[in-house]
Amino acid sequence: MSRLSIRNVGKTFPGVQGGQPTQALQPVSLDVADNDFITVLGPSGCGKSTLLRLVAGLETPSTGDILLDGEPVTGPGADRGVVFQSYTLFPWLNVRQNICFGLREKGMPAKQQREISDRFIAQVGLRGFEAHFPKQLSGGMQQRVAIARALANDPKILLLDEPFGALDNQTRVLMQELLLGIWEQAQKTVLFVTHDIDEAIFMASRVVVFTARPGRIKTEVATDFPHPRPYTIKTSPEFMAIKARLTEEIRAEAIAADH
Amino acid sequence: MKLLVPVTRENRIVLGIAFFVGFVGLWGLVTWAGLVPPHFLATPWQTVASGFNLFVAQKFSFDVGMTVWRVVGGFLIAAVIAVPLGIAMGAYKPIEAFFEPFISFARYLPASAFIPLLILWVGIGESQKLTVIFLGCFFQLTLMITMIVSATRRDLVEAAYTLGCTDTGVIRRVLLPGAAPEIAEALRQVLGLGWTYIIVAELIGASSGIGHMITDSQALMATDHIIAGIVVIGLVGLISDLAFKKANQHLFSWSLLR
Repeated sequence: MSRLSIRNVGKTFPGVQGGQPTQALQPVSLDVADNDFITVLGPSGCGKSTLLRLVAGLETPSTGDILLDGEPVTGPGADRGVVFQSYTLFPWLNVRQNICFGLREKGMPAKQQREISDRFIAQVGLRGFEAHFPKQLSGGMQQRVAIARALANDPKILLLDEPFGALDNQTRVLMQELLLGIWEQAQKTVLFVTHDIDEAIFMASRVVVFTARPGRIKTEVATDFPHPRPYTIKTSPEFMAIKARLTEEIRAEAIAADH
Repeated sequence: MKLLVPVTRENRIVLGIAFFVGFVGLWGLVTWAGLVPPHFLATPWQTVASGFNLFVAQKFSFDVGMTVWRVVGGFLIAAVIAVPLGIAMGAYKPIEAFFEPFISFARYLPASAFIPLLILWVGIGESQKLTVIFLGCFFQLTLMITMIVSATRRDLVEAAYTLGCTDTGVIRRVLLPGAAPEIAEALRQVLGLGWTYIIVAELIGASSGIGHMITDSQALMATDHIIAGIVVIGLVGLISDLAFKKANQHLFSWSLLR
């Protein structure tokens, strides 16, 4: 059964101060199966983040429907975990309290919250940092907490909006491996938005390429490298071939966006 | 001196005290040298002695107590209404649109200008003093809190929604804790504002309080008492400010992290 079904979903933002309305997203359709890892790749400002925000329920589509397990999405909810590009940990809560945020909202008993948070703190490699506040953590650590916080809620689907975009290159690569490792163990449905071609190929079972704004799906590429995937596949000929192809696709769109 | 480089704790204390020393020194120089007649400006020593005398012989502590209670009382009444109203205005834009224009207007009405009117309405008793403080603090505080709550980071609100929060959950678990340190800071500043209004309220139609003592002393040309009164106001204000600051730092230590 298809978990997430996006059907002719488009978004037009009203004009600011009497200006022209902006079409961010042309109607797109996309099906994401159970335990699928989809990366959405596109040039800056192509509407890929808008698509993610629509699925998260943070924006309302201008056209079309979004169904999760057959139920229409009408607003944000705990069944769709989101990791944002900006650091969105609550600065007044420590690492454990941040991870337990959604669990507490559900009214889960403290003991159970502790067990779950322990598990995810270990999984993202932050044992010993439970009592640290977000400002005491590096950017990569903060995003690991954000991933743990989203996963602790046990969502049906995990939505990530360029979560590693603000990190330095080395950290980003390690974070990709960490997230992929979690996905291999936990088997979650993931929708991952990025403009980084390597990242899109390395993480995905399927790469969805967007056109320049107003965005629509240009092409889809299956990336069936076996799991577990070591970082060494990034230099394999198969990987390079896909990268070469996607580089051309994205370059054409970036040029189109510039004119 | 380098741009924006913080000073050490020791240097901060030394520099802060240095100004007081210089200020009192200049004051002493001008008065002891006889540059101004003592009836216009008492010497620092005379002021300290009078202040001591005020407390020991003239029950000045009762006046100070009255003034403190009026400021704190009026401020608390203002805070109890302004904090929830400001939060509601910050969180819900129609509520803001309803109250904001009037409060912005009322903020510019000088509380001291209401004193003659208030004397007619509520007399010269305690309620008049409390009302002046209330008027002086309330509108300012409400607008400050509205602004603070409005400035809540949108991405934190969105994160809370995606973690399963309802609107009330977002107010309780994101807007309130996020705004709390700045609300406490606004309360501290507005309490200081209350101190400037109380003296004006006590200058007219009061039978106790620091302001009352100052008006009485003016009639007697006792500039040493006036200055001692002013210094006491400054000291009480400084102490309450420091206490507030310490409490805020203790309560919201997370907001001081860099």
